[in-house]
Amino acid sequence: MKNVLEYVEQAAAEHPHNVFIADENHELTGEALLSQARRIGTWLIQKGSQKQVSRSSGFFQKPIAIYMDKSPACAAAMLGVVYSGNFYVILDTAQPADRILLILNTLKPAAILTDSAHFADAGGLISPSASPEEETEPFIFCLEEALTQEEVPSLLSQIRRQTTDTDLLYVLYTSGSTGVPKGAVISHRAVIAYTHWVIETFHIDETVIYGSQTPFYFSMSVTDLYSTLFTGARLQIIPKKYFSFPTMLIDYLNQYKINTLYWVPSALGIVSSWDTFAYKMPGFLKNIMFAGEVMPVKCLNYWRSYLPDAVFSNLFGPTETTDICTWYTVNREFANDESLPIGHACGNCDSFVVSEDGTKIEPSDTESIGELYVRGSFLSCGYYQNPEKTTEVFVQNPLQKDYPETVYKTGDLVRYNSFGELLYIGRRDLQIKHMGYRIEPGEIETACNGLETVETSVCIYDEKTDQIIIFYQGKGSPEEIGSLLQKKLPHYMCPQKIEKLRQMPHNANGKTDRKALKKMIGNITK
Amino acid sequence: METILKILNEVKPGVDFTKETDLVNRQILTSMEIMLLTSELNEAFDIEITLPYIVPENFSSAKAIYNMILKIEEEE
Repeated sequence: MKNVLEYVEQAAAEHPHNVFIADENHELTGEALLSQARRIGTWLIQKGSQKQVSRSSGFFQKPIAIYMDKSPACAAAMLGVVYSGNFYVILDTAQPADRILLILNTLKPAAILTDSAHFADAGGLISPSASPEEETEPFIFCLEEALTQEEVPSLLSQIRRQTTDTDLLYVLYTSGSTGVPKGAVISHRAVIAYTHWVIETFHIDETVIYGSQTPFYFSMSVTDLYSTLFTGARLQIIPKKYFSFPTMLIDYLNQYKINTLYWVPSALGIVSSWDTFAYKMPGFLKNIMFAGEVMPVKCLNYWRSYLPDAVFSNLFGPTETTDICTWYTVNREFANDESLPIGHACGNCDSFVVSEDGTKIEPSDTESIGELYVRGSFLSCGYYQNPEKTTEVFVQNPLQKDYPETVYKTGDLVRYNSFGELLYIGRRDLQIKHMGYRIEPGEIETACNGLETVETSVCIYDEKTDQIIIFYQGKGSPEEIGSLLQKKLPHYMCPQKIEKLRQMPHNANGKTDRKALKKMIGNITK
Repeated sequence: METILKILNEVKPGVDFTKETDLVNRQILTSMEIMLLTSELNEAFDIEITLPYIVPENFSSAKAIYNMILKIEEEE
């Protein structure tokens, strides 16, 4: 099978009564979801051919932006775009228009698909018609209107015949280091290969009920969404506000008998920092996965102590490998100041470690640190409209020169441990050179997170003043933290500034916001 | 009440907390901001807001937060 829709169609036929996706107010069975998607697809194809007269090219293999909140209808819109032979890009409706415009400027979507609730705002995303480039402005379509369309099977199958598994499924924008978002392009093949691995590894089937936390514009959502759509599991969307009120969050998990989570560690951390399980327990959880940032072992140990029979897995990877390239299922005890391995490469995906001099580091070598490379079908084909960035990181395999083979340079530094598992050390571009030593901020964070009184910490290096600064959230005073760190770290790794924060800043995906901390440094180092 | 408004404005600048009565459903306060808010309130009023108090009714407005604090102080 070459197209993700074929897998969804198969799952819907096998499990006709299963709800595939739901939130508090709506639910869609697989067939209902596909029926909506086929109508949206037909509508897009027809609109595309009508508009084609006035344009150089119609709607085929074109980006279509979706400007909607996370909902079952949004999933129907995504699949509708796929039925039409195009690829989708999810825009965050909560984001300032300025960042969305940055994305739209490089994306130049053929259309923006939105719903009546966001129709007016979507209009504001298009520059005034005075623009000389008026011709290339996208059309704005309203989902409710598209759903009035009857499906036309002949049109849909005509499109399907022309597609291949190397066609794009979506473009997902991540924040680039320069502030301009980069759009990783992901093909059907990558999502199919990746989803097969997820289903096999975590035993995803029609009995799985996911409690879905991550937004659709974030790569982590690909894992729970597509493994649901391919198997007839249920994706139960958790409204954001429940993460403010942990007891309600647990009630929600229990109400829908949620048994599987794939959350960012910060979301799991909300539950542990309120000591929620002392008040209320989830009754159905079996499988808990996390990714997106480093999982503090203290938080993991809290969850494990209350849910000793659940399986916990640490997934690791960038958007450029669809979502994940290595994983580790927790199989032993970890002390609070240890770091959790990122494990081994996923199936149909291979990883290797290359030292600074370009040679391969073998798993038996537990000393050397090198950069993680990934190869295989999970890989993105590059960045949309950005050949420079693409060739920087999607490169010829440095270990063989005999035939063309593109691999992805992750920019992540890793080393092997004595179990032959990979350990994440830090980002190559965050590595600190201080007093002649090479220092990984992650190592300082792990030491700090291991302290009894610290909930979470982030280490930032200020190049201007050559200072290591640690921000932490917790109970102890900076003086206490400083003297405890001196006992745990070599002198050259001890931070010069220790800043206590009431609350660590977080970005839209729920991850710790390093950029916000970096901005605070100016005031601190004066 | 003034202390509460001051803390609210520090946690989330640019909102008129004297007028807002639906802070939760209008998603004015995020989960992280509610955590920050409670730790600030704990410190300012020398109380401990425990998990059972972390419900939408207690955070819908400045007035609701005020009533919650009174209740906790009574119980302590």
